[in-house]
Amino acid sequence: MIGALLSRDIRLATRAGGSAALALAFFAAVATLVPLGVGVDLRLLLRVAAGVLWVAAVLAALLSLDRLFQADFEDGSLDLIALSPLSLETVAAAKIAAHWLTTGLPLTLLSPVLGVMFGLPPGAIGVLTLSLAIGTPAVSALGAIGAALTMSIRRGGLILPLLVLPLLAPAVIFGAGAVQAALDGLSSGALLFLAAFAVATTLLSPFAAGAAVRLNLAG
Amino acid sequence: MAGLDPATRPAHVSARKRLGWPLRGHGDVTGQLQSLDVQQLTCVRGQRVLFRDLTFRVDAGRVLSLEGPNGVGKSSLLRVLAGLLPAAAGTIALISGSTAEIDADDRARKVAWLGHNDAAKPQLTPREVLSFFARLYGTRADIDAALAAVGLAKIADLACAYLSAGQKKRLALARLKVVERPIWLLDEPLSSLDTDGRKAALDLVNAHIMFGGIVIAATHEPLGVASERLMLGAAA
Repeated sequence: MIGALLSRDIRLATRAGGSAALALAFFAAVATLVPLGVGVDLRLLLRVAAGVLWVAAVLAALLSLDRLFQADFEDGSLDLIALSPLSLETVAAAKIAAHWLTTGLPLTLLSPVLGVMFGLPPGAIGVLTLSLAIGTPAVSALGAIGAALTMSIRRGGLILPLLVLPLLAPAVIFGAGAVQAALDGLSSGALLFLAAFAVATTLLSPFAAGAAVRLNLAG
Repeated sequence: MAGLDPATRPAHVSARKRLGWPLRGHGDVTGQLQSLDVQQLTCVRGQRVLFRDLTFRVDAGRVLSLEGPNGVGKSSLLRVLAGLLPAAAGTIALISGSTAEIDADDRARKVAWLGHNDAAKPQLTPREVLSFFARLYGTRADIDAALAAVGLAKIADLACAYLSAGQKKRLALARLKVVERPIWLLDEPLSSLDTDGRKAALDLVNAHIMFGGIVIAATHEPLGVASERLMLGAAA
């Protein structure tokens, strides 16, 4: 039953007009545009690389999050999903997993290529990729809470980033910080903090998102 | 405020006593559902009382049609019955044998829903939509048979984006069959259907009540099956 929802959401995201390719293209476009704006100072690019790639990844993931529940809410699917044997918390968990598999994971896999474009050394690219792999589930999970809260608002997509971006600040700080420390040859606990943050948010978010969906369905 | 006037009892109503529910023996519906009993139900939406102290009962194998002008609360009543909306007051009990279930979450697991929105994802085909709902509800329903029953067999693999409103409604009707639930809650089941579509809908409803199911439909036009009628807002 949870597999049915997971595979349907993955199918919807990856089929023509789905959000997966869009998020990936957005990520690549922002990461390519920044060097054009900053200029060809390689040392400067190296300093900003981790921050730019992390912010671009978060924004790219947010791009598709506003429809996470809204699309199903608007076409009546969410009523039917709510009447299924799955609890709304399980539904939220399945949707978070599907969102991560179709945006967070592809973004992580693309990030080494963009890291090379910014001139990051191999060690730092490894840390960048690892930090995105650890941190992007938190983006999907916290984003799902915002998506569930705003699903009945017509322009919810505009409010969602305002709700979610402040909550994602720790992920960006620790994620980019880990890469920065690797560049400076320092050891840091940033990846561990990032992992703790990701585990806590990923485990707790389905409950918050499920409660928000319940609230919106009854409203 | 609401009057329940009994119409003729369908001749096949005793079928449920022989066959019981569920027919296929899977899903989480256990025991034989005898009736849905609503007592003193009150629904409030946005400071406004839609209906107050509504009391009625639907026996297994019967159809109840909800009637009344627009905005009187037919859809809200269906949502409350489904457990999607909380009731302001009153109880809804599912009676089977000597047990009465009153929990909204338990009731939600026995309901097949047809709302105004068709839940037909434009990117998916009718076959994919139906097999998704069958898997989501944990049934092993025959998807091809359900598609054939509503006349969608020929376009089963065409993306729903290309379906007309009537075809999407047919798909929603096929979904009722696929989710294998004893209580069907239908909001305007006949809207945008052509003559053949209406006939398919009536055949589905008739088959469902023959096997001891319950059908509650909000409608502005006669369903075409023997049903009891509940006028909402009649004596307000």
